[in-house]
Amino acid sequence: MVNLSVNLSGVVLKNPVIPASGTFGFGYEFAEWYDLNELGSISCKGTTREARFGNPTPRIAECERGMLNAVGLQNPGVDAVIAQELPHLRQVYQGPVIGNVSGFSLEEYAQTCEKMNDHVDILEVNISCPNVHAGGMSFGTEPKSAAEVTKAVKAVTTKPVYMKLTPNVTDITAIARACAEAGADGISLINTLLGMRIDSRRRRPVLANITGGFSGPAIFPVAVRMVWQVYEAVKLPIIGMGGVSTAADVVELMLAGATAVQVGAANLIDPCACKNIIDSLPGELEALGVKDINELIGGAHHG
Amino acid sequence: MKQGIFTIRSNIALTSDVWQMSLEGDTSAITTPGQFVNIKLEGFFLRRPISVYDWNGTSLSIVYKTVGRGTRAMSQMQPGASLDILTGLGNGYDLSKAGQRPLLMGGGVGVPPLYGLAKRLVKIEGCKPVAILGFNTASEIFAEEAFKALNIKTVVCTADGSYGVKGFVTDGMPEDYSYFYCCGPEPMLKAIDRKATTSGQLSFEERMGCGFGACMGCTCATKYGNKRICRDGPVLEREEIIW
Repeated sequence: MVNLSVNLSGVVLKNPVIPASGTFGFGYEFAEWYDLNELGSISCKGTTREARFGNPTPRIAECERGMLNAVGLQNPGVDAVIAQELPHLRQVYQGPVIGNVSGFSLEEYAQTCEKMNDHVDILEVNISCPNVHAGGMSFGTEPKSAAEVTKAVKAVTTKPVYMKLTPNVTDITAIARACAEAGADGISLINTLLGMRIDSRRRRPVLANITGGFSGPAIFPVAVRMVWQVYEAVKLPIIGMGGVSTAADVVELMLAGATAVQVGAANLIDPCACKNIIDSLPGELEALGVKDINELIGGAHHG
Repeated sequence: MKQGIFTIRSNIALTSDVWQMSLEGDTSAITTPGQFVNIKLEGFFLRRPISVYDWNGTSLSIVYKTVGRGTRAMSQMQPGASLDILTGLGNGYDLSKAGQRPLLMGGGVGVPPLYGLAKRLVKIEGCKPVAILGFNTASEIFAEEAFKALNIKTVVCTADGSYGVKGFVTDGMPEDYSYFYCCGPEPMLKAIDRKATTSGQLSFEERMGCGFGACMGCTCATKYGNKRICRDGPVLEREEIIW
């Protein structure tokens, strides 16, 4: 038997596979496709203090081996998430839950995280959403503001805080270091890459929001590179993500330095993507002669 | 909702850019007309959402328009090939509201889901549906014979007057009907809403990510709150729509 269990800041996951925020709703609707308890954890839909409709449609554009989205953090607001969405999830899933929080001010991040604290096992703080203005990603592109959000959240929560970083920066390691020094318990990366498509016939952007976040297998090499860099820069557990769609991708991202791996866009193409990856992980590891998946974490770094 | 592998039995052109594909596979997740399927195509990242024309236990029929590279690739597929398809997506039409004389209005590739609906409505005792099919021009007409074969009154409208009633489906609407069901481009739905005198159900289109409710890519605001066209729709009640 291969050991698949990993540990994120004291939270034990039966395996490292986690559906990524924004691609899995609040989880319970996927219970129609498979037993959610097979998952390592679930990262819930990005939650803000107030309810948000999000951006106008079209919000989706297709790309080669990927897609753009400009959903814009549609969610019912933290109070409804706590009162309705998370209890609904708990009826069909008993494993660890990651609450994903976004905001437009330090105060909002802190208030939302404080409310979420007792209802989730890990807080994933999104300072990287490319689809909202005057918030989201703007906190994650400067080390100083990334550190400020980290401190504000750490001051009001008792759960492990994972800062979710944007790849749309010059030096990802500077942001990761700032979060680490401000007390973050871990780093999640990467969020989507800022992208755009144009409808040539209409001579207009495809997305109503003009730009959107690029995800899917096409961005996987960027994720591997950034997880690698952050692993060398900080001594914190990393949740790696970005274009993961197979068990082989999970192995590769863990070798780059991830302790756990999120699966995003793949869920939208194949609702059973995470289950299929989990089912094929033991075989993938056996073929590599790996008996404990923890051997993989950072395993491609040699001095 | 189900994921399954379907085998193509036939794939034929109905007009210069509208095709009908018949497939064999498990259709048990399809419960009502107006639902759609989401088809994975080799070489394309997102699935293609296509409405259901008709189905029974093991056969599925879809009618689609070649609008881009993905649907053009579909039109080149040969019998015997297999496709990974998510079935039973969306809410579909509610047949219980039809009454005795429901009006079915479809425009262009909005026509196909109304065929599956008509076929089931005629089986309801005392229900005599009337179909109004709208196209731009005579060469774009399809499915007229199929509707007529159900022995229901079928009116065809063409925008340029090259066949049937000149004008839009709203120009073919009778005075007296019990309820309406429609599917087509948004300007057509809007025109129907302005003219209709009864309640009805309208099927909407939106660019989708997943097609089964996960990504929030196709959300619209309604009087009853935010709805995902793919999961809470594509059929909305007339009373809830915010135009």
